Amino acid sequence: MIELIWLIPLLPLVGFLVNGLGRNVLPKSLVGIIGSGVVLGAFLLSCGVFSMVYSARQAGEAATFTQLIFDWISAGNLHVSLSFLVDPLSAIMLLIVTGIGFLIHIYSTGYMKHDPGFAKFFAFLNLFIFFMLLLVLGSNYIVMFIGWEGVGLCSYLLIGFWFKNSAYASAAKKAFVMNRIGDLGFLIAVFLIFSTFGTLEFAGVFPEAATMPMGDTTLMLITLLLFIAATGKSAQIPLFTWLPDAMAGPTPVSALIHAATMVTAGIYMIARSNILFTLSPITLQVVAAIGICTALLAAAIAITQNDIKKVLAYSTVSQLGYMFLGLGVGAFTGAFFHVLTHAFFKALLFLGAGSVIHAMSNEQDMRSMGGLKKQLPITYLTMLIGTIAIAGIPPLSGFFSKDEILAHAFADNKLLWMLGFIGALFTAFYMFRMLFLTFFGRFRGTAEQASHLHESPASMTVPLIILAVLAAIGGFINVPSALGGGHALADFLSPVFADSVAQTGTFHLDHSTEYILMGVSSLAAVFMAVVAYRQYVSKATIPAADEVSRGLLARLSYRKFYVDEVYDALIVRPLNALSVFLHRVVDKSGIDGVVNGLARSVGESGKGIRLLQSGNVGFYIFMMVIAAVVLLAYGIFNG
Amino acid sequence: MDNLFILLLLPVFGALVLAFVQQAKAARQFALLVSLVSLAFTIPFLVNFVPDASMQFEQRFAWIPSLGIHFHVGIDGISLPLVLLTNGLVPLIILAAFSYDYKGGFYALVLFMQAGLLLVFTALDAFAFYVGWEVALIPIYFICALWGGENRIRVNLKFFIYTFLGSLLMLAAIIYLHLQVPTDDYALSSFYQLALDSSTQRWIFWAFFLAFAIKMPIFPFHTWQPDTYTEAPTAGTMLLAGIMLKMGVYGVIRWLIPVAPLGVAAYGQLALVLCIIGVVYASIIAFKQRDAKRLVAYSSIAHVGLIGAGVFAWNVQGVQGAIIQMVNHGISVVGLFFVLDIVARRLGTRDLAAMGGIAKPAPILAIVFLVIVMGAVGLPLTNGFVGEFLLLLGVYEYGVWYAVFGGLTLILGAVYMLSMYQKVMFGDVNEQTAAFPDIRGSEWLVLAVIVLLIIGIGVYPGPLLNISEAAVAELVDKVGLIGKN
Repeated sequence: MIELIWLIPLLPLVGFLVNGLGRNVLPKSLVGIIGSGVVLGAFLLSCGVFSMVYSARQAGEAATFTQLIFDWISAGNLHVSLSFLVDPLSAIMLLIVTGIGFLIHIYSTGYMKHDPGFAKFFAFLNLFIFFMLLLVLGSNYIVMFIGWEGVGLCSYLLIGFWFKNSAYASAAKKAFVMNRIGDLGFLIAVFLIFSTFGTLEFAGVFPEAATMPMGDTTLMLITLLLFIAATGKSAQIPLFTWLPDAMAGPTPVSALIHAATMVTAGIYMIARSNILFTLSPITLQVVAAIGICTALLAAAIAITQNDIKKVLAYSTVSQLGYMFLGLGVGAFTGAFFHVLTHAFFKALLFLGAGSVIHAMSNEQDMRSMGGLKKQLPITYLTMLIGTIAIAGIPPLSGFFSKDEILAHAFADNKLLWMLGFIGALFTAFYMFRMLFLTFFGRFRGTAEQASHLHESPASMTVPLIILAVLAAIGGFINVPSALGGGHALADFLSPVFADSVAQTGTFHLDHSTEYILMGVSSLAAVFMAVVAYRQYVSKATIPAADEVSRGLLARLSYRKFYVDEVYDALIVRPLNALSVFLHRVVDKSGIDGVVNGLARSVGESGKGIRLLQSGNVGFYIFMMVIAAVVLLAYGIFNG
Repeated sequence: MDNLFILLLLPVFGALVLAFVQQAKAARQFALLVSLVSLAFTIPFLVNFVPDASMQFEQRFAWIPSLGIHFHVGIDGISLPLVLLTNGLVPLIILAAFSYDYKGGFYALVLFMQAGLLLVFTALDAFAFYVGWEVALIPIYFICALWGGENRIRVNLKFFIYTFLGSLLMLAAIIYLHLQVPTDDYALSSFYQLALDSSTQRWIFWAFFLAFAIKMPIFPFHTWQPDTYTEAPTAGTMLLAGIMLKMGVYGVIRWLIPVAPLGVAAYGQLALVLCIIGVVYASIIAFKQRDAKRLVAYSSIAHVGLIGAGVFAWNVQGVQGAIIQMVNHGISVVGLFFVLDIVARRLGTRDLAAMGGIAKPAPILAIVFLVIVMGAVGLPLTNGFVGEFLLLLGVYEYGVWYAVFGGLTLILGAVYMLSMYQKVMFGDVNEQTAAFPDIRGSEWLVLAVIVLLIIGIGVYPGPLLNISEAAVAELVDKVGLIGKN
């Protein structure tokens, strides 16, 4: 099985090429079968690989397998190979990427059915899976970086999929550029890693790093740079504003790329490099601080948004913040656990939102929805499960993963726990707000929309149901010992984090404290759900129209704290002004002015040059060639 | 078959014939044939090349014995990629000009220039190098003057003065060096053996550096470039940007640094800083360009700045990056200018504001253009990444902050390239762009080759890197720069 690793990314690449090249000749049904089939193939292979890793782990081995494809770049002492690494961490990521990827491909066959760019869509989606698998499978930072930038390209292409709308095209560009800011951090980190360790292979870097002292400055720089990269890809402060705009892409894209997989790449990368971060306590503090700030900021924005996808987008930013909080307090397993459960419930929620938008004839404003649970019962039930899961109400998956992060935060710093708890209140509120505004009350859309309301086809509801089941039970793979569980996920992943655990020791919180924390946060979530119910169902409040003036706090939230406007004023516009200034003043008048002055004086004194403008040019050319040949001939015969 | 002398003479004879061909169709077909034969004659060199540090396929005979001038040429790992680039791009450039009714004279100039470029990249004698330098320059001057845009005369004068000034300084330096050679010749090896004192090397540095810096161009010697690239006919722009500017980079690697290492030790850091300034400066200017061709012209200054920085960092990664990036940049920039030529020819304007939505009527062009743009912004698995990565790594080893500022090209490049792509391809169609025909015939062929090269080198750069590896390692090792930090 292990010698077939290379086939896992190759299959989607083949799907990309076939659907891309054959997009005008292949019938839609075949495109869908090819596009989904290659991902299914990759998923089955991943299952095989996973079971191997699993049995190796059961046998008590570290379960690390590498495969060299070929040597990619060599120069001097630099040797970069294209090679893959499968270990418990990447094995789980393989399952997430190909498994959820497959479900979303199936869903897309229904969702994109009437789109003229159907084949192009599947080609891009396959290409995305290919790059995401490279990112996950890379055995060194460069292969990871190929995937890292490659998924950025696919994100660009899919956000701008409906490129006729120039706002969508601009959103795509924004995503790419903001990611590039992070990517520069990645690249400089790579250089620093190379000059420190002399290699970029994980297997070479991490054991070496484990011998370095806690608080080493170089490690701190490396990890800070890597974290900059993560803030770009995983939409954290200050580089988060591209993700809400990325909702311009088709909804399956939002589910796959901008919720379940790509945006968690930053967490994956840090979890992969955990030993570097563990030895850099300052970086960990920065990670935790940025994580919790992002979680709160995004949640505070989400509570007033009316676009169903925008709510989910800010929710994603916020949940990613929780994952970084987890990483920052050393809960590597917890953060990764949340990656997993979030992939289930957020993919589910986005696909559910897509099903709603599909039924509402592309309406995304929740103020025009309402009462949809009758017409869309499956969508409603599955989204209800997703909402309960993300709100952190037991025993659904989000409860377990969020609890693990918060418990670690509590042990690390009570303030972090407090802020995380407040964020959880927000989360429960805005999610139930979304659910109630969409599915409860009476229908507020047009009569035209009302006549078209329908539950989505099976191609879309079946993935919803599967994801709902996963979102419901996914938490049981890592039940804490306080609840009589066995930490199965933590055990499985333990070799990946072994060096870090050796540095910091295992985490301990007595069971009674843990019970209290769990109880408080679950009750609070239920309470917020009730608050939302009273507001949006009992009182049937409908959010105000855009032009209605709002109080200061509500306006800040509704206007997304004006972050985009601030960036525009502080960065975009000054740069554009600088561009014009450098061009007109420095380049044309300044440097070129000096040159032109010189040229004029030369031109006036040297009439010879003018001959070149008026003479018989054909003759000159001929003379030139003849002269050269004669010169050569002279050499030959006199040599 | 691997006679370098024949390789150099082929385009000259082609040019000689073409000078008399008046009929446009016959001229371009013959020109293409000659360039393809040249390309075919390059293959034996590639096959027989031994990837070590030695000079191979040498040809040497006395040229003007009374003056100590020899016609001495050869190929090593540093020359070969550039010879390949020249002979590989010229057929594409000729094919890309098929939509214009150029007569034989035009193609004669192109081929004549090709001979000059090949001589520059293979010369082992300073005089031969200088002859090649001028032989490459004069045809492009005529190409721009005769087939260029409205402002060609004014712009061309500036171009001529700039480059002429550079050439003159270089000639003075070459003659001075020749006079110091005890064996009274112009051989590269003799120049290498001169142990000049530091103050002499310093002015030698400036004489060579100005010539090369203008040609590349490096900030602040660049102001001829945007004008000339914009006014030149597209084939001329391709020759200038795709191949000719590499003369400057090659000159630095082959002549400037080994001949005047003490000069480089004194001023190399300054040169590197100028290169990095150029990266940021030109990138920012590129943001707001409305003329698509001018935008790419500025982007070229940025890309070349990074190449120059890699060279002046003078370590294996930097120089290897520079060599592979010279090839990559040639491929990308020819592709970019060709796409823009196609668009401008069909719309009758190069104004980005008048474009938009072309991806809809011309999806194949949109895909091809995307690949070229991604190559230009250095996305992994395109050729641009390999070069940019090595260059930045080389610059990093020289100094972290240089790499940080040079690395800004990652971000700034994405800004202006994607803005351009968006303005051309995305948005809604307008009256002009609605009926935009997709690429066809020779356009398709040229762009297919370019796309395959971009991805091919990006996925498997090993063979190309391998050509120059040994030669670069030895040269860098031999000419250790004193005072480098």
